[in-house]
Amino acid sequence: MSAGETGSPSRRLFSGLAWISPWLVGFLVFLAFPLLLSFRYSLTDYSILESPLPIGLENYRQLLDDPTFWKVMWNTAVYAIFTVGLGTVLAILLASLLNRDIPGIGIFRTAIFVPTLVPLVAAAMVWMWLFNGELGLINAGLRPLFTVVNAALGTDFRGPAWLEEAAWNMPALVIMSLWMVGRAVVIYLAALQGVPQDMYEASAIDGMGRARRFWHVTLPMISPVILFNVIIAIIDAWQVFAVPYVMTRGIGGPEKAMYFYSHYLYDNAFLFGPRMGYACALAWVQLAIVLCLTGLTFWVSRRYVFYRS
Amino acid sequence: MTVQRPAQPRIPLWPRKRSAAETALPRWVAYTLLTVVSVVYILPLIWMLSTSFKPENQTQTNPPTWLPDPVSILPQQAYENYVGTVDEQGRTEIRGVWTDPVIDFPLYLRNTLIVAALSVTGMVISSAVVAFGFARIKWPGRGITFAVVLSTMMIPFPVIMAPLFLIFRSLDWIGTLLPLWVPAWFANGFNIFLLRQFYMSIPKELDEAATIDGCSQFGIFWRIILPLSKPALAVVALFHFMFVWNDFLGPLVFLTHQEDFTLALGLQLYQSQAGATPWNLLMAASTMVVAPVLLLFFLTQRTFVKGIATEGIKG
Repeated sequence: MSAGETGSPSRRLFSGLAWISPWLVGFLVFLAFPLLLSFRYSLTDYSILESPLPIGLENYRQLLDDPTFWKVMWNTAVYAIFTVGLGTVLAILLASLLNRDIPGIGIFRTAIFVPTLVPLVAAAMVWMWLFNGELGLINAGLRPLFTVVNAALGTDFRGPAWLEEAAWNMPALVIMSLWMVGRAVVIYLAALQGVPQDMYEASAIDGMGRARRFWHVTLPMISPVILFNVIIAIIDAWQVFAVPYVMTRGIGGPEKAMYFYSHYLYDNAFLFGPRMGYACALAWVQLAIVLCLTGLTFWVSRRYVFYRS
Repeated sequence: MTVQRPAQPRIPLWPRKRSAAETALPRWVAYTLLTVVSVVYILPLIWMLSTSFKPENQTQTNPPTWLPDPVSILPQQAYENYVGTVDEQGRTEIRGVWTDPVIDFPLYLRNTLIVAALSVTGMVISSAVVAFGFARIKWPGRGITFAVVLSTMMIPFPVIMAPLFLIFRSLDWIGTLLPLWVPAWFANGFNIFLLRQFYMSIPKELDEAATIDGCSQFGIFWRIILPLSKPALAVVALFHFMFVWNDFLGPLVFLTHQEDFTLALGLQLYQSQAGATPWNLLMAASTMVVAPVLLLFFLTQRTFVKGIATEGIKG
C-alpha cells in the first residue's frame, strides 16, 4: 500500500480533493459559474450598460424567427459536414499511404504535418493570398488547364474569385481545412501501427484482397480512434472562427457566406448593442448542438465501432 | 533510495514497424503519390516565403515567379521587408515589419512571450499536481469527478466567452493580460488526462517502496513521479505554448488596448487595414509568426509527435 491508498475513506477524500483543488477551483470559477451565469442572462434582455431585464424564453423564441441565425446555422452545418467528412476520409487515406517503412518517409510525414503548426491567423493570410482571384497561386496553377479546355470547347472558363464570390467561399474554406488535416493523420498513423500483424497474416491466409482487407480488418480495428477523431473534428468545426473572421475582416464575407455560428455569437455579445442576453441564448444553443452531435456520434458508433476486449 | 527507471510507455513514435500495408502499393507508385501530396502540402508555405522576399511590384507577376528578379536583390529586399529602415528621428524610411510604427511587432512579440511564460508555467504546475490526485490517490468519487474533467473538454470556448468577459470585467481585468494567463494556473481537462495516463504507466511498486521508506504523498509526487514524468511535462508545456501562440479569439475578446495585443491579434491588424498592406509585407509578417513555431517543432519533433499520438490512442 502506498501513501495515497491508506487511511480512512474520509481522509483519502480529503487528500484527493486537496490534490485536485486547482482544477476544482478553476472549474467552478471559469467554467461552471460562467455557464450558469450565461443561462441566467439568456433569459434576460441585457445590454451590459443597464441591469438585465428578465424576459423569460423570449431570446430563444426570437432565435427561431431570426434569419441570420438560420444563415449561420446552415453555413456552420455545411462547413462541419464537408470538413469532417472529407477530412476524415483524406486523413485515413494519407495515414495509410504514410504507413510504410521506406527511405525518406519521415520527410513526407513531416511535410503533411507541418501545416497544422501554422497559427490560424497566419494561415488565413497565406490562403487569402493563394486564393486571390487575379494573382493567387491557385488560379495561376489552374490557368493552363482552363486554357486547354477553353481552346478545345470554345468556352470562357477561368479560375473563380474564391473569396469574393459567395458561391466559392465554402469550397475555399473546406479546401483550406483539408490542408490542416495533419494532426488527425498522425493519430491515424499511430492507430494503423497498432493493428496486430497476425490479423493481416490471417486475412492473407483466408485469401482476402487488399481492398477487402482494408475494409474488413483495418477499418474495424481503428474504428475507436476514428470515433474519437470525428468527435473532436465536429466540435472543432462547429467552433470555426479565426480563419473566416480574419479573411472577411470581421464582416462575414459577401452575402454573409463566411458568417459562422461563433462569429455571430461574438458580434451579439460584443458588437450589436451589445445584446448579451441574446448572445447567451446562442451560446446555450451551441452547447446543446455540440452535445447532441457528440451523443449522436456515439449512438451511431454503437453499431460500427469495434472494441477489442 | 535508488529508483529504477520504469519502462517508457509504449507509444508508437514515427513508427518503424513493417506492416502489411507496405505490400499494398508498388514502391514507385507510393513514392510518386507521396511526393505529389507532400509538395501540395508544403507549397503554400514556400509561396509565403517566396512572396516575402520580393519587392512589391514583383508580387503582381503573371505567371508567378518564385524568386525576385534579379535574384541578387534578395538579401537586401528581405531585409527591407522583414526589418525596414528608419532615419535618425525614428521615422520610417522603408516600411518593414519589425520597425513598422503602427503595427508594433516587437511589442506584440513581448506581450505574447509574457503571456506564454506565465501561462505555460501555470499549466504545467497545476496539471502535474491535479493529475497526481487522479492517478495516485484513491478517494471516493474519483471516477465520476474524472468523468467531469473529461467532459469539460467538450465545452467550446465561444459558449462561455460572453459570461467570462463579464466576470473579468467585474474583476477589472479587461484591458490587462490577466484573463489570458490566470485561468491556465487551474489546469485543464486535456492536460490532466495526458499526465494521468503517463503517471499510471509508472509502476505502483515505486510508491509502495517509498511509503515504506517513510515518504509522504507529496514526497512521492516530488521525488518519484515528477522526475520520471519530464517527457510528459514537456509535451504539456509544448502544446500549451503552441496554444498561446495561436490563440486568436481569447485576445480578441479580452484585450482592448492595442499596446496589449498578442502576435496573432497584431498580425490581423495588417489585414484589417483594408487593402493598405502590400502582400510582400503581409507574407513577411506571417513568416515571422510561423517561423518560431516551426523552429520549435523541428527542435522537439520526437516529444511532439509522441504527444499527439497519445492523445488519440487512448481516447
